[in-house]
Amino acid sequence: MPTDQLLVISGVNKEFPGVQALQDVHLDLKAGEVHALVGENGAGKSTLMKILSGIYTKDSGSITYRGEQVNVASPLEAQQLGISIIHQEINLMPDLTVAENIFIGREPKRFFKIFLDKKLIVKNTHALLAEVNLRLDPNQKVGDLTVAKQQMVEIAKAVSYNGSVIIMDEPTSSLTTTETAALFKIIGDLKKAGKGIIYISHRLEELSQISDRVTVLRDGKYIDTVKTSETNISKIIALMIGRNVEQDLRPEVNTSTSEVVLEVKGLTTKRLLKDVSFDLKRGEILGFAGLVGAGRTEVALALIGRDPIVSGDIWVKGKEVKIHNPAKAVALGIGYLSEDRKRYGLLLGQDVSFNITLASIKRFTNWVGFFQKKSSGDAAKKAVKALSIKTPTIAQTAKNLSGGNQQKVVIAKWLTRECDILIFDEPTRGVDVGAKDEVYKLLRNLAAEGKSIIMISSELPEVLRLSDRIVVMCEGRVTGIQDNKDSDQNSLMKFATKYRA
Amino acid sequence: MSIDTFTDSGEKRARRGLSSLIRQQAEQSLAFASLVLIFLFFAFTNAAFYSWSNITGILLSTAVTGMLAIGTTFVIITGGIDLSIGTGTTLAAVVTAKMLTSLHLSVGTGILVGIAFGALFGALNGILITFLKLPPFIATLAMMLIAKGLALVISDVRPVYTDSVSGWSEIALGELIPNLPNAVLILALAAVIASIVLNRTIIGRYTFAIGSNEEATKLSGVNVKKWLILIYTIGGIFVGLAGILLTSRLSSAQPALGSGYELEAIAAVIIGGTSLLGGKGSILGTVIGALIMAVLINGLRIMEIQQEWQTVVVGVVIVLAVYTDSLRRRRAGLN
Repeated sequence: MPTDQLLVISGVNKEFPGVQALQDVHLDLKAGEVHALVGENGAGKSTLMKILSGIYTKDSGSITYRGEQVNVASPLEAQQLGISIIHQEINLMPDLTVAENIFIGREPKRFFKIFLDKKLIVKNTHALLAEVNLRLDPNQKVGDLTVAKQQMVEIAKAVSYNGSVIIMDEPTSSLTTTETAALFKIIGDLKKAGKGIIYISHRLEELSQISDRVTVLRDGKYIDTVKTSETNISKIIALMIGRNVEQDLRPEVNTSTSEVVLEVKGLTTKRLLKDVSFDLKRGEILGFAGLVGAGRTEVALALIGRDPIVSGDIWVKGKEVKIHNPAKAVALGIGYLSEDRKRYGLLLGQDVSFNITLASIKRFTNWVGFFQKKSSGDAAKKAVKALSIKTPTIAQTAKNLSGGNQQKVVIAKWLTRECDILIFDEPTRGVDVGAKDEVYKLLRNLAAEGKSIIMISSELPEVLRLSDRIVVMCEGRVTGIQDNKDSDQNSLMKFATKYRA
Repeated sequence: MSIDTFTDSGEKRARRGLSSLIRQQAEQSLAFASLVLIFLFFAFTNAAFYSWSNITGILLSTAVTGMLAIGTTFVIITGGIDLSIGTGTTLAAVVTAKMLTSLHLSVGTGILVGIAFGALFGALNGILITFLKLPPFIATLAMMLIAKGLALVISDVRPVYTDSVSGWSEIALGELIPNLPNAVLILALAAVIASIVLNRTIIGRYTFAIGSNEEATKLSGVNVKKWLILIYTIGGIFVGLAGILLTSRLSSAQPALGSGYELEAIAAVIIGGTSLLGGKGSILGTVIGALIMAVLINGLRIMEIQQEWQTVVVGVVIVLAVYTDSLRRRRAGLN
C-alpha cells in the first residue's frame, strides 16, 4: 500500500429503517489531496461523512486509516484518529471568545487543574491563527463575528486537532467571493502540509479550482471517481443526476408588461440600505444579484415591513403605501419566500393543507370564527394539483416533503392568498440540481400568468437564466440595473463589486 | 429507473403518512390506556375505590386544576407557558367573593365578574409578552407573584366567606344530574367547548400555527401579537372559571389556596401529550392527563399511602410520561 494513502473506505453499507442510505460506497484519500464529494441532496454524502466522523456506525464494509483497519465508534475516537469535520451549520458558542471556542473541552489548566490558563489559550490561538493565515482577535466573542469569520474559526478549530483528514461540508455556502478565495488559500496551505481534505460542495464551479479528484454519489450508491483535470461541470452534473442539464440558458420569452406594480424610491434602513430605488412590472421577473451581504435580503425584509424603514417611499399599483408589518404587506398582495424556508416559510410540524391555507385562513372562516375544513381542503388540493406538489395527501406533514416540494408549498401559500407580487429569496437553495429546472419553469409560468416576481439569487447563471431585468447591489446600494440581454456574468460581477473608494 | 429528484417514491411517502397517523393516534391511546390501567389497578386492589361516590369525588377534585389545565393547553401549544394561573385563580376567587359579598351581586353577575376578571388577567399576561416582549416564563412568573400578593392584600389575609350568597355553592356542588356534582358537568362542558375552539376555529388554527413557527406565521401576514393576547385571554377565562368553582366548592375564597395549582395543571397538560415546544397538543389529552393525576392521588390515598409519597409518585409519573414521549419522538425522528 502506498504510504501517501491516508484513508480507504470500501464497500460501506448503511441502512436506516426503510431506507438504504449507503450501498457499497468507496472513497480513498491521499495525503495532500483535496477530494471532492458531490451528489444531490439525499445522495448519501452526509451519511458517509457522519460514519467517518463517528456519529453513525456503518452496517458493513471497511475503513482503513493509514493502512490500519479502524472502526470509528464515536466522534471522540474520530478526533483521536485525526479525522475532524467542519459541519455546514456553525457549531460555536456565540458567547465565548474565539480562543475559548477553539480549545473547548481541552483547555490548558493550571494550579491543580482548577483554573483555566487563559494566557496560554490565547497564545496558542495566536499561533494557530497565524498558521492558517487568519487575521482574527483570539479575545473577540464569536457572536460578534460575521458568519464568514465564524466559519474561519471552525476551520482553525478543525486544524487545531492536528488531524490528517479534514472534512469540510459545504464550507463556502455562506461565504462571499473574497472570503471563498481566502478559504481556498488556507486549503492550499493544508494540502502543502500533507493533510487530506474531503470537500463537499454544491457549488460545482468551485471544484475545478480546488479539488484534485471528484467522487460522485447518487441515491446512496457509488457512481464514479474522476480526476478534476479530466472532466467538466456538465459531465459531473450528468453523473450526479444521470442525465444532462443545460448550462447558461436565458429566458425564452419576456413576459413583462409596461404596467408598474411596485415602485421603490430611496429606500434606506438604519443598518444597511442606502437610497435603494427600482420598479417592478407586471409579469416581470426582476433579478437581484450581488454578493452575500450586499443587502438584497434586507430590501425584501424592509419591503414586507419586517425591518423598519428610515426613509423612502413605496408605491404599490400606483398608490403610495406605508408597510409597517408583514400583515400589511400581505394585505397588499406581497408575499415573501425566504431562503430559509424551514424557519421563515413553513410550519414543518403541520400538514400541507395547513401550510397552504395559513395566509388565507380568514377566507376559510365563517362569521362565527369556525374554520371551514372542506373549502380549505379543496383550495389546498387545487394548489397541490396546479403546482404538481408531490405529496400522497394534503394531510402529509410538511417536514416529510423534499426541499423542492416544500418550496412549492410555500409558493402555494401565497398563490392561495392571491398575492401577485412574489419575492423569492434564493428560490433554489436546498433544492436538488435536477429539481432546480422545475422551480425555474414554475417561476417563468407564474410570470407568464401576470405575477410580478423579485428573485434574489447568489448564483449568477440562475439570475441570467430567469430574469427579465437585473438589479445589482453592493454594500446596501443599487449599483446597476440592466436588461438581461445587456448582461453577462462579468458585467454583473463588476457592479456587484463596485465598492466605494 | 427514472430519477425523480423532486420526491421519494410516492409509495414510501404514503407509508410514512399512514405511520404518522397511527403514531398520532397511538399517542392519545397510550395516555388513555395508562389511565384505564391505573384505574383498573386501584379498582381491583381496593373495593372502596370502585364506588360511585369515590369516582365523583375524583372528578370533583380535578375540577379546578382540570379547568386550569384546559385553558393553559392553548398557551402551551403556542410554545408559551403560564405560571400565573395558580395564584391567578386565588386572586380571581378573592375578587369575585369580595364583589359578591360587598356589592350583594346575584349569582349570575358573580359568574360574569369572575370570568371577566380572569379574561382581563390573561390579557395582561398577553400584553406583557407581546408588547413588552417579556419571555412568557418571566412575564407570568411576575404575574404569579403579583396575583399572590394582591390576593392577600384584597382579602386582608382572611378567607372571604360566600355563605351569605344563596345559590353560590350550587354552582359546583349542586346536582343538575342526580349524583353528579355540577362542577364535573361544567368541566366536561368546558372541555368540549375548548376542544371545538382549538380544533375548529380560526383562533385554534393560529394557536397551532404560532406554536409551530411564530416567525413564519408572522411573515404569512398573521397579526401574531393580537392572537397571542387573545390566546392568553382564553387561558385567563379558564382561570376565572377555576376561581368561581373553587369559591363555590369551599363557600369561601381562601387567599392562600391556589399557589401550586399551576404546576399540577401544567403536569396534566404534559402527561396528556402536549409538547412544551409548542405546535402540538389536544384538549382530550389534557383531560386524560388531569384524570390520570386525580385517579393516582385518590388511589394512593385510599391505599393509605402518605401524602408526601403521593407527591413523589406524581413526580415520577411526569418523568415517565415525558420520557416515553421523547423516546417516541426520537424514534420518529430517525425514520
